Amino acid sequence: MAYEPLFSAGHTACAGCPMPTVIRQVLEATGPDVVVVNATSCSEIISSAYPRSAWRVPYVHSLFENPPAVASGVVRALRAQGNGHTTVLVVAGDGSTYDIGFGALSGMLERNEDVLYVCYDNEAYMNTGVQRSGATPYGARTTTSPVGRVHRGKELSKKPIVEIVAAHRVPYAASASIGHPQDLAAKVKKAMGIRGSRFIDVFSPCIPGWGIPSDSAIRYAKLAVETGLWRLSEYEHGEFKLNVKPSPRKPVKEYFAGQARFRHLKDEDVAKIQAMTDEEWKKLG
Amino acid sequence: MARKTVEGSFAVAEAVRNCEPDVAACYPITPSTHVAEELANYYADGELKEYITTESELSSMSACIGASAAGSRTVTVTSGQGFALMHEAVYCAAGMRLPIVMIVGNRALSAPLNIWGDWQDAVTERDSGWIQFYCENSQEALDTVPQAYKVAEATLLPAMVCMDGFYITHAVEPVEIPGKEEIRKYLPPFNPKVRLDPDNPVSMGEYALPSHYQQFRQDLHEDLLAAEKIVRDANGGYAAQFGRSYGDGTIEEYKSGDADYVFVSMGSICGNAKEAVDALRAKGEKAGLVRIRLFRPFPYDALAKALSGKKSVGVFEKSYDLGALAPLCSDVSASIALLKGDRPALSSFIGGLGGKDVTVAHVSEMLAKIKQGKTLTEWI
Repeated sequence: MAYEPLFSAGHTACAGCPMPTVIRQVLEATGPDVVVVNATSCSEIISSAYPRSAWRVPYVHSLFENPPAVASGVVRALRAQGNGHTTVLVVAGDGSTYDIGFGALSGMLERNEDVLYVCYDNEAYMNTGVQRSGATPYGARTTTSPVGRVHRGKELSKKPIVEIVAAHRVPYAASASIGHPQDLAAKVKKAMGIRGSRFIDVFSPCIPGWGIPSDSAIRYAKLAVETGLWRLSEYEHGEFKLNVKPSPRKPVKEYFAGQARFRHLKDEDVAKIQAMTDEEWKKLG
Repeated sequence: MARKTVEGSFAVAEAVRNCEPDVAACYPITPSTHVAEELANYYADGELKEYITTESELSSMSACIGASAAGSRTVTVTSGQGFALMHEAVYCAAGMRLPIVMIVGNRALSAPLNIWGDWQDAVTERDSGWIQFYCENSQEALDTVPQAYKVAEATLLPAMVCMDGFYITHAVEPVEIPGKEEIRKYLPPFNPKVRLDPDNPVSMGEYALPSHYQQFRQDLHEDLLAAEKIVRDANGGYAAQFGRSYGDGTIEEYKSGDADYVFVSMGSICGNAKEAVDALRAKGEKAGLVRIRLFRPFPYDALAKALSGKKSVGVFEKSYDLGALAPLCSDVSASIALLKGDRPALSSFIGGLGGKDVTVAHVSEMLAKIKQGKTLTEWI
């Protein structure tokens, strides 16, 4: 039998973009008994140009900042109708999740709505042409954190979104990566067995936004974990677990090499980021 | 049918409950808070299936979008700033053809901040594709709730039931509230053909390229215009079952048939206007009132007919379009332009903004000015 993914071929993602693979991985685990609530994002634009759709499951999009609220409405409606089985899945980017929809996300988490929320995190507003978001890492150049004579790239750190979500005391919050598909699949599967708000932030490189070759997304995703700049972790009912502890961690400069968004970094910048990363891992023990 | 003397907000909330929505999504804001609170009481007592306490009005409307797309009857409540915060999702609800009903306790918009009543919050959303009802009193507001659901679900258009903040939301009046069983006979269950259903997957809220976008807007416009007849039918059907009607459902003509000069307005001020007209009639004056109940779609032809042959018309409204003719007057002007031959003089009165009191005496003064047959623009 031919492979017929629930997110079909024919979408218009850039060559080498791993985001459709993130979506397929997640839908593989949820199966077809799902309703997808999508944020305005690359994922929406590549999949849902009227009158076509890449979604073989029920799908609804309305705005950039409101998927947690839309999903809350879907969940309650299904419950009112006596449907206790359909999974409600949010697919949103980091701009929606970390920034513009953050209030709605916090509200959804506080209410512990029975929603599985997946953020594909490509670390900037890629759909509008690479502007910095709350997920853009320290040092990265974007069109709104440019490299100028005075300010050089983003001078602020990425929000610790998984920790922020976990602080709402929801039953499950995790970080995953498209570079580790089995870990991602296992996390979605685990989340499927839990009721209440479940959150997974999935690292997903952007080919044009990061200025990397179209065959390199998985390599960079793996390097991010190996250098300790991205970690695979989960909070299950508040209990923290580090899924992968790279030992020894590779130097961060290996991850920066070949990424246009970090090309401007000088040796002292790299050293500073290495020190920040070492400090983070010291805290992890 | 329950007969009681209650605050307008509670009367409307009870009517909402009796329409049996699956999902309410609410965020508190003066002066519509009591509706949201009363719905929470119903939820607490198990009389409402789902009540989502959202973190903003934008999320309330968004939750209604999700619940309605999933095939449930929904409700939200708002006023003023909360309504303004919803704006983006208000357009989505109409564009996605989701028959959400929203209760509006009309309130002024900031700045300066003001919690009192005027219509600007809803009037400013007149282009959004929603059906808009403006009610004169608590009885009409609660009666309009099942009518709004009936029209919305028949046309797949969202509808808002507007009642003046404080003048209706907080006024205690005797009302009759139809029970669930009676409403069930009037309002069939909501059972949309298209919904988010894993057995029949559909994509909703897709984006449209330049090749398709405008057609969606045109369809929405044409369907909204066609809803005017459905509103009349809903009003007529309601009258047949419950014995109460509101004009023809779109406009109410009060002693205007043989009038020479006419006051035109919406909402609770029309109670004062009826008193002012009665007093003038007692003196042999040929004064009348035409109350607009349906603001969107705008009943141009019905209004033109009602104003045909009049010498002078004055429009009073608690709304504005700064830098241009006031919105209700602008629509009335377009109606009058449909008339052949002599057209009535038209005056625009803007007043009552931010809760500024407009009394029977004020209406009488406006009527005296309208009678002069000049073209005036005045702030009352």
